[in-house]
Amino acid sequence: MCKYLKSIFNFYYTGFTHMTVGRGLWIMIIIKLFIIFVILKMFFFPDTLAKQSRERHCTPAEAVRRNILEQSNDIN
Amino acid sequence: MIDLVTAVDWSRAQFALTAMYHWLFVPLTIGLSLIVAIMETAYYRTGRAEWKRLTRFWMTVFAINFACGVATGIILEFEFGTNWSNYSWFVGDIFGAPLAIEGLFAFFLESTFVAVMFFGWDRVSARFHLLSTWLVALGVILSALWILVANAWMQNPAGMVFSPDEMRNEMVDFWAIVLNPVAINKFLHAVFSGWALGAAFVLGVSGWMLWRKRSQQGAMKSVRVATWVGLAGMVLTLWTGDGSAVQVARTQPMKLAAMEGMYEGSRGADLIAIGTVTERADRKTVPADNGLTVKIPGGLSLLATHSVDAFVPGINDIIDGISINAAGDTVRGLSYAEKIRLGQVAKQALESYTAAREAGNMEKADSALTVFRSHYPYFGYGFLKSPEQAIPPVALTFYSFRVMVVMGGFLLLAFLCGLFVLWRRRGSVGNIADKVPAWLCWVFMLAIPAAWLSSQAGWVVAEVGRQPWAIQDILPVTAAISDIPVTSVRTTFWIFAILFTGLLIAEISILLRYIGRESKKGI
Repeated sequence: MCKYLKSIFNFYYTGFTHMTVGRGLWIMIIIKLFIIFVILKMFFFPDTLAKQSRERHCTPAEAVRRNILEQSNDIN
Repeated sequence: MIDLVTAVDWSRAQFALTAMYHWLFVPLTIGLSLIVAIMETAYYRTGRAEWKRLTRFWMTVFAINFACGVATGIILEFEFGTNWSNYSWFVGDIFGAPLAIEGLFAFFLESTFVAVMFFGWDRVSARFHLLSTWLVALGVILSALWILVANAWMQNPAGMVFSPDEMRNEMVDFWAIVLNPVAINKFLHAVFSGWALGAAFVLGVSGWMLWRKRSQQGAMKSVRVATWVGLAGMVLTLWTGDGSAVQVARTQPMKLAAMEGMYEGSRGADLIAIGTVTERADRKTVPADNGLTVKIPGGLSLLATHSVDAFVPGINDIIDGISINAAGDTVRGLSYAEKIRLGQVAKQALESYTAAREAGNMEKADSALTVFRSHYPYFGYGFLKSPEQAIPPVALTFYSFRVMVVMGGFLLLAFLCGLFVLWRRRGSVGNIADKVPAWLCWVFMLAIPAAWLSSQAGWVVAEVGRQPWAIQDILPVTAAISDIPVTSVRTTFWIFAILFTGLLIAEISILLRYIGRESKKGI
């Protein structure tokens, strides 16, 4: 089992260390994932429903019920 | 009270921007993965080094695209949670299940075997490496399947029941969702058009190499694979496109009418091949009568029903309740005014149910629930003020459809040109690549923008043409939107525009540098 895991590790380790074009691509992927998950998700994309549920002291279902029935009445 | 209409518009624009950027990468991944697998199969069968060089070259191009595209779709899920939270909750596990399967199965299949594909040369057996390459191509397609199943459910909801207590749709029949005819057609159409787009990309890059007299032997081999994959992709795309038109005529007739700017239906309805639309004094957008219109007699009837004499309802007919049923017959059903009334009954019944349940009056709650369930198919219409609000943006749908068709036609022409080049090559002596004229190289190169324009325009038709619905007939976008300030949506819109444009510039520059360098060395 240990030998098997070691061979998998070596497979990826050698693969990553021998990359040429791929190295730049991985740097790009890591930067992109950081921007998406750390900056965008944390600062710009809150869970609206969870926030509304907390503020209104109700369940998400109740928040959606109010949003859908009241919000649309406002528009109409 | 925030300006919800503007928030809806900005949220839609943001979702469109994100989805369109994401879709720049996806079809190329679908198409290139197949082409790479075919090239590696040729190497495996013949053992010839040039096939291996070609496989590795296009595999690296695939990797660049994969790296740039990976995770761009996740932002769509962020937008669901922030901008479309009502919708996200409302769709319930209908979306959750396919997306979870996509994440668990398809993504891991891709990720695992992508590693073998790139790191495994000379480290695993040739047979296992080839299998890995084909499994990556399969994984890419399976990823697309689950996303398109979710999208098709929005276009044609099936296999669910709405829970008024949980305020969400609950899956009751998984297979009805997966085998939804719209899902099957949409999936096949997207995959086959992805093959055509990938082939157009390979053809275009090869055309550039032939034009610059670089790696001509490799370029000609690539033209050969791209031409056959592209032709197969185009024929199958046309076939599934035909199926889509018939389905749209039955499930979303308003979309079909908007595609033609047709307000009054007719028997033997013509299809506008070339034309423009104009807005009349009554604010209806109709085909312009400027002498530039070219029509195919009976073409629309043929497209919608496979019969040149059949009746195709226009926008006004659909509003009056005339439609085409599942058997393809013209039937009179409920008018939109009636549907709006029934939708309002459904909304009131839901409010009554909630109030009665809170008051502990279960008898009244049961009665309200019965009314709600019988009116639920019209629930979304209860949010509309007038039947006219159910008409999608005609001009954008009209032009997008024509862009899709015209660019698709150009692609077919480019692949036929590829076939012509291959035909000329048969039996000839010497390097036929030298005899490919410059204009033909340019036709190949122009296939690249044509493929993306066609693919993007197709999605615009599919999504703009079904407005105002987030879920067909059940939830309009005005009810699906979160109660969020428009300024935050506007801010993130511009952040995305900058981020994605940067990503696109990065991909194109990395690709150009790599292709330029390798083509000089010889592929």
